[in-house]
Amino acid sequence: MTRPRLTWVGTFSRMADLRRKMDSVAQVSDEDWLRLLRVPGEQAQAAHRELHALLVRGLRIGLAGRPSAEALIDDFAQEATLRVLAHLDEFRGDSSFVNWALAIAVRVALSELRRARWHDVSLDALTSDLRAEVTLHVPTKEAPTPERAAARAQILAALGQVMFSDLTARQRQLIAAELRGMPQEEIAAQMGTNRNALYKLGHDARLKLQRGLERLGLSADQVMWAFDE
Amino acid sequence: MALKLAEVRSLVRAALATRPVEIGCDDCLAQVAAFAERELAGLPISDASQLVEHHLGICSECREEYEALLAALRGAMQR
Repeated sequence: MTRPRLTWVGTFSRMADLRRKMDSVAQVSDEDWLRLLRVPGEQAQAAHRELHALLVRGLRIGLAGRPSAEALIDDFAQEATLRVLAHLDEFRGDSSFVNWALAIAVRVALSELRRARWHDVSLDALTSDLRAEVTLHVPTKEAPTPERAAARAQILAALGQVMFSDLTARQRQLIAAELRGMPQEEIAAQMGTNRNALYKLGHDARLKLQRGLERLGLSADQVMWAFDE
Repeated sequence: MALKLAEVRSLVRAALATRPVEIGCDDCLAQVAAFAERELAGLPISDASQLVEHHLGICSECREEYEALLAALRGAMQR
């Protein structure tokens, strides 16, 4: 299906309308933000404070419903403000400056909250059961039909083959930890790397798993059917 | 390695959805505010932002951050 294409005029008009609504929150142009934040002095300090206040306000709304975040929002905004200042040159103008800064603040906040929940969990302990096969734990009452059981066995064998022959030990550990819910920030910290590098490691692992599934000659629907409830 | 049904489903879904070229979490962060603005403006996903959309479908952390950002921007528009 061809996606509908808007003319530049239509696109510009609707984006401008959105920005005007946002401007009621931040009545400073992107160019002014960048200028004010870059030049040292009283104006820059005032801009830092204003940006910090906007990030606090945005985080309060974006993180509503997360009680563990409430007492930390000011700290998150402080750290995010420093990070934004250190990366001003990376702002490309695709979005409004304040929204770009808020995206950074949300990452700072949620990364910290995830790590706080998982920092006592050892990656090695969590993935200590990586033996040379992949098995499926299914309660007896949910036993599949013979056809589905056969398909599951075939797919699990293929996954096991890739996991223990094609993936590196780090990729195996990453996949297992992700499946058990450990956030990437924590996996990265315990592996001594960063979230972006970890994503690339996982991407390479998923490509290998995909090729392993393709070698079975099953369609994506057939593979998913095998693991339906 | 013993997996639950939901874990295997998650693993095969992620493997099947994998594309040769994907963006990582840092590239997603750089573009996610623009992606959210388009969503709020009711604009279709541009060719350039399809990689962001795909990344958000694969990466649960970036997805969580995107949803929080969207909530914050929606709240800002209503004030």
